[in-house]
Amino acid sequence: MGKKMGMWFFLFTEILFFGGMFLLYSIYRYKYSQDFHSGAAEENIILGTINTVILLTSSLTIALSIAAVKKGKNIPSSLLQGATILMGVTFLVIKYFEWTAKINIGIYPDSPVLLKLAKGEILFFGLYYVMTGLHGLHVLVGVVVISFMLHFTRRETINRDNYARLENTGLYWHFVDIVWIYLYPLFYLIT
Amino acid sequence: MTLRSEPAATASFYGRTGKYRWIIAEWMMSTDHKRIGVMYLMALLSFFSVGVVLGFTIRLSLLSPGWLMSQQTYNEFFTLHGVIQIFLFIIPGIPVAFGNIFLPILIGAQDVAFPRINRLSWWLYVTGAILVLLSVFVKGSPPDTGWTFYAPYSVQTPANVSIAVMGVFVLGFSSILTGLNFVTTIHRMRAPGMGWFRMPAFPWTLYATGWVQMLATPVLAITLLFIFLGRFFGVGFFDPTKGGDPILYEHLFWMYSHPAVYIMVLPAMGIISEIVPVFSRRALFGYAAVCMSALGIAVVGYAVWGHHMFTSGMSDTARVIFSFVSFLVAVPSGVKIFNWVSTLYKGSIEVDAPLLFALSFIFLFSIGGLTGLIIGALAPNLHLHGTYFIVGHFHYVMFGGAGFSIIAGLHYWFPKITGRMYSEKFAKIGWLNLFVGFNILYFSMFILGFQGMPRRYFDYPSQYHTNHVISTMGSWFLAIGLIIIFANLIRSIFKGEKAPANPWGGKTLEWTIPSPPSHGNFDKMPVITRGAYPYEEEAR
Amino acid sequence: MEEKYAKDHAVATSTYTAVWLALLILLAGTIAVAKLRLLAQFSVLGSLLIASAKTGLVLAFFMHLKYEGRFLKAMLTVAVAALTLLIGLTFVDVWLR
Repeated sequence: MGKKMGMWFFLFTEILFFGGMFLLYSIYRYKYSQDFHSGAAEENIILGTINTVILLTSSLTIALSIAAVKKGKNIPSSLLQGATILMGVTFLVIKYFEWTAKINIGIYPDSPVLLKLAKGEILFFGLYYVMTGLHGLHVLVGVVVISFMLHFTRRETINRDNYARLENTGLYWHFVDIVWIYLYPLFYLIT
Repeated sequence: MTLRSEPAATASFYGRTGKYRWIIAEWMMSTDHKRIGVMYLMALLSFFSVGVVLGFTIRLSLLSPGWLMSQQTYNEFFTLHGVIQIFLFIIPGIPVAFGNIFLPILIGAQDVAFPRINRLSWWLYVTGAILVLLSVFVKGSPPDTGWTFYAPYSVQTPANVSIAVMGVFVLGFSSILTGLNFVTTIHRMRAPGMGWFRMPAFPWTLYATGWVQMLATPVLAITLLFIFLGRFFGVGFFDPTKGGDPILYEHLFWMYSHPAVYIMVLPAMGIISEIVPVFSRRALFGYAAVCMSALGIAVVGYAVWGHHMFTSGMSDTARVIFSFVSFLVAVPSGVKIFNWVSTLYKGSIEVDAPLLFALSFIFLFSIGGLTGLIIGALAPNLHLHGTYFIVGHFHYVMFGGAGFSIIAGLHYWFPKITGRMYSEKFAKIGWLNLFVGFNILYFSMFILGFQGMPRRYFDYPSQYHTNHVISTMGSWFLAIGLIIIFANLIRSIFKGEKAPANPWGGKTLEWTIPSPPSHGNFDKMPVITRGAYPYEEEAR
Repeated sequence: MEEKYAKDHAVATSTYTAVWLALLILLAGTIAVAKLRLLAQFSVLGSLLIASAKTGLVLAFFMHLKYEGRFLKAMLTVAVAALTLLIGLTFVDVWLR
């Protein structure tokens, strides 16, 4: 329980960390709402929605993987963790394509193309890269950590009597999912 | 630091564990909260000394306008002075040194909740400190932005801001982990019978501080990251040409940096709450109120950051709100001051060094706090913002407050940490120099500020000359005082009389174990059956 | 002194799956609100509310918050309240300049 409490506290710090970015987003969106709409029109809603479905489903699989370990079912748990990892990687691949698409049309921080756009659009894309970038970094870290957990589960050092690490990994992964739950409408669904 | 003269029988926590061949590995790899605390303490005091030398040099350069250093060098000096004293000394300060050494002992535990994370915190601190110091020595010039790294200048200046900011980021992470560790420790590891309201006041302040560390520091982290991204990738969140708003930088920066001053001062107040009862042989007056006021300061202090920005261009409504809440935070602070004074009243008072420094805290922090009210009011702030009045104010609360509390704690716990007694005589002589020098140095700043002398200026018109000279002379007395105090303590480590387990007659748990403590703290887990300050029973 | 925490509650697979389906339905809802401009100028608020509903489900069931003690729930509230305060007070500045 102590370790779980520690993990929750760490997540609180992450709330404030991402919160600073959401603060900037909310202020600048208030100031430049028209420009933010124009910027959001550049986003690929289909890819964004697919990524949302992927992350939501990956939350399901990791939650199920923990339930499985608690029942002593290490093999189903390993499979579910593997599925979570695959989905995390897929998310990152899709993100990669989204980013390169933008970079190829010259939209990236400090680019000549970007600097000619309206001020609010410059901010919008800056926030897009920073927020999805940091989020993506957290996804990558999560994928790496779950891979370690997968290894431990297969070795059975994570088992029905000793699963705190996996549980905490799950908490972290759900948090990453929650951040995306907010990022998605704010960047893709502005009308 | 190892005490090789310790006989093996005491098996103090300094003794070799045999786990590693090299003694430096034994210490750097240790997860023992006492060893980590001692290492932190040595590092902190070293950085403090560097910061003092920088400050001393700054004062020297102000003896006459622009005689010693150029404007650029001056900017680098006060930047480094601020960054070192704030991020390397006083923010980690009491929690990582006295908190680490004594929190588990005070609540009857063997160690903190996450000893390996504690060790990580220490390593991160060292790493962050190295990065910050590297910014001075690597190619390019040292940072010249002030410790506040205001954008847009911090994004544009060619100075080594990126490394410095990276260092502070890492230090912030260290701080977050320490706070997380301490809050969990206090929740989960109190000895049997130690309910929340039998816990001494110092752990209460560490608890409140831990929450501030967790909930405020991440905002600094993201803000520093924004500077970094601005410098490397041209992300212009605070650049008006790219749509950004520099005032938003100030908002984000002070959202951390104001609560940060409570990270500095809450544990300091906790130490005073421990010392005053012992040296007046009376229970802490209004103990519950003192504990709850720590939480009160933490909560209210979270909502006042705008008072650093009254002249920056915020809306009138925002300024009124921030001013009002700033006044509110004086209330829980006042609760503590009144309760300490009430504890002393009709007490059986022994003015040993710990109490002398604690009384100084009460006096100096009060002056700092009252001047805080002056600048917390909107109209005076318009004149006093950016002047020496501010510099005087924050040195009174940070140095006169937290700094004096650290010195008080050093004397109070010196016997417990080192197993030796210091010389009372030299402690008092050092105190006198320090106290007199301090007030001359910093009180003259209130006058300078009131007269309009701006801060962070390397030169000035002749009308300010006299007060600058007075202030600098104060710094000389202060320096002599510090030298005497630390020479006394250092000498006493080697030559001091052996200290008993309880030289002061204290009632908290650290005084029930040997000086210095053994590896495992307690032979058997204590069971708590009474409150923390049972002095009234003794008086009967 | 240990504090009282809920015993480790086993959540059924069917519950997890139901939550997941609910999340997908809410996702469809948030797209509808945006694309069909269902709430006009309240679309920001609407999106955020739906996002918060999804977050609530993830917190309560996937992260087991529903089965945790009062303290943890209280502290999460404190963290969220802190962020709300920070954003709110900053808005008081920007909005009323």
